[in-house]
Amino acid sequence: MTVKIAGGQGFYGDTPASVGPLIDAGVDYLCLEALAELTLAILQKDRQRDESRGYTRDLPRYLAAALPAIADGKTKVITNAGGINPTAAARAAIDAAREHGVHGLKVATVLGDDLMTRLTDLRAAGASLAHADTGTSFDEFPGPPLFASAYLGARPIVDALRQGADIVITGRVADAALFLAPCVFEHGWSFDDWDRLAAGTLVGHLLECSGQAAGGNFSGRWWDLPRPWDLPYPIADVEADGTAVITKPAGSGGRVDFDTVRHQLLYEVHDPAAYVSPDVVADFTSATFADLGDDRVRVTDVRGRPATDSYKMLLAHHAGWSGEARVAFSWPDAYEKAKATAAIFKRRVEMAALPVQEWCLEYWGVDALGGPTSPRPSVTCEPPECGLRVAWRCDDPKIAALVGRELVPLSLSGPAAGLTGMGRGMGGGSPSELLGIWPTLVDKSLVDAHVTVALEEVSA
Amino acid sequence: MTMLPLRELCGYRAGDKGDIANVALFADDDETYELLLREVTPERVKAHFGSMVGGSVTRYEARNVLALNFVMHGALGGGGPRSLRSDNLGKTLGGSLVRLEIDAPAALAGRRRPRPDVSWADEILRG
Repeated sequence: MTVKIAGGQGFYGDTPASVGPLIDAGVDYLCLEALAELTLAILQKDRQRDESRGYTRDLPRYLAAALPAIADGKTKVITNAGGINPTAAARAAIDAAREHGVHGLKVATVLGDDLMTRLTDLRAAGASLAHADTGTSFDEFPGPPLFASAYLGARPIVDALRQGADIVITGRVADAALFLAPCVFEHGWSFDDWDRLAAGTLVGHLLECSGQAAGGNFSGRWWDLPRPWDLPYPIADVEADGTAVITKPAGSGGRVDFDTVRHQLLYEVHDPAAYVSPDVVADFTSATFADLGDDRVRVTDVRGRPATDSYKMLLAHHAGWSGEARVAFSWPDAYEKAKATAAIFKRRVEMAALPVQEWCLEYWGVDALGGPTSPRPSVTCEPPECGLRVAWRCDDPKIAALVGRELVPLSLSGPAAGLTGMGRGMGGGSPSELLGIWPTLVDKSLVDAHVTVALEEVSA
Repeated sequence: MTMLPLRELCGYRAGDKGDIANVALFADDDETYELLLREVTPERVKAHFGSMVGGSVTRYEARNVLALNFVMHGALGGGGPRSLRSDNLGKTLGGSLVRLEIDAPAALAGRRRPRPDVSWADEILRG
């Protein structure tokens, strides 16, 4: 038996147009991965404004395209669109089903990843919650946490599928677990079959970033891809022994080959021999890839080691307010003019007694992206034009808004000839809140007892 | 020996996790992989990025896909939602890494990866 799994979403803001071709390809499971680290921060701001939010609100648009296939029992949907409010996301899913006249579906909600209200308990039970990258003690956590979510694994999703769920909505689970879960459920893999769990995790990792497995963000012959304006989203045919073929809907654009697949294999990975997921420690370097041609790449031989005792957990804290402004100069002496303008702007902000905690100066066309890796401008290497982007961080949002205004008068009263805005709004828009993120680890035993699956049938 | 930018030798992809960026380099054959292994040390990558990377650089090997993976700590101005940088997720760091020039055997001196042909884009943009 083969299970056909699709990656229909790679982030909050991706396109639901991906869903149609995947459903037409006959996928058994449509997995929608909606959460990046940044997304939880966005959802947290959303929930601050309105308690009924905090999930990715494009979920109904994804479901709209999939509901006929779900209602026919052909496809199930698994998604972490719940963000930091899975219950509200499930409500939205149920409403969407009703709107489309679909009844009798079972919608499961996985809860227990949100540890915001349990932080004191966790600390009392011995969790250190020290910063995983820097080792900084949790006692030095800067200000009140804004969210605190553990990355759950595939188990609760498998539980939901065993209870007959047609749509499974989770909060923060590890991205790859969304894809591993249907493999475990359909093939009856056990949770200590490490090689199989590693194979399913690797497949999940390849599918979780939508078009990136099919030629998106690709440094190979990207200009050669068929119909690049319509990149397909990837599909995996997974066998019971863990062998998988990565492919895409027939007749679609883009490409799936060894090069596109290996690009995705290492995306956002640290040690590829020890890809730590909640369900297994997968060794991506053990895998064998065979390019079968016709947009099919076979993955075999993936090995895994026992999972660790902890979940990754992510917290966030307020980190100030940012503002930014942009101006530009043409040749000649564009870079020197931009630099002088940045310095004059900074001095004027000081004169206005506006406290700025941090500056970020970027010279577009020179080294805004490459920094010290870029060639230095010189007489023989003079940029034809230069954009200046200045960003700043302030403790007070009102100050952050005022800073940008000190740039505007320089359009007439700055010495460098030919300053122009870059489109409208030279002084920058309203300030944005910055959030610091705090990755840590939490013992699984402190989390698992609180993980629950709620099932609701969509009534007429 | 001759100096050759990595651009002519390998592909790349960059990603982020918190304030840590990773860039993977992909060789097209075993010979190039061995060359990268010898020349593209974590110390050289750290020096190449200079003030852009505040912390350490670790290198991992994935010979099964002829790739090296560089994990760079303190590389994103505090991490996505905190960073003031335009490229707060480090998406462009792959391109920045393949500017690095390495000593290549004379046999590779004229080696160039193909340059993009985007005449199809010109056609669309004229329309």
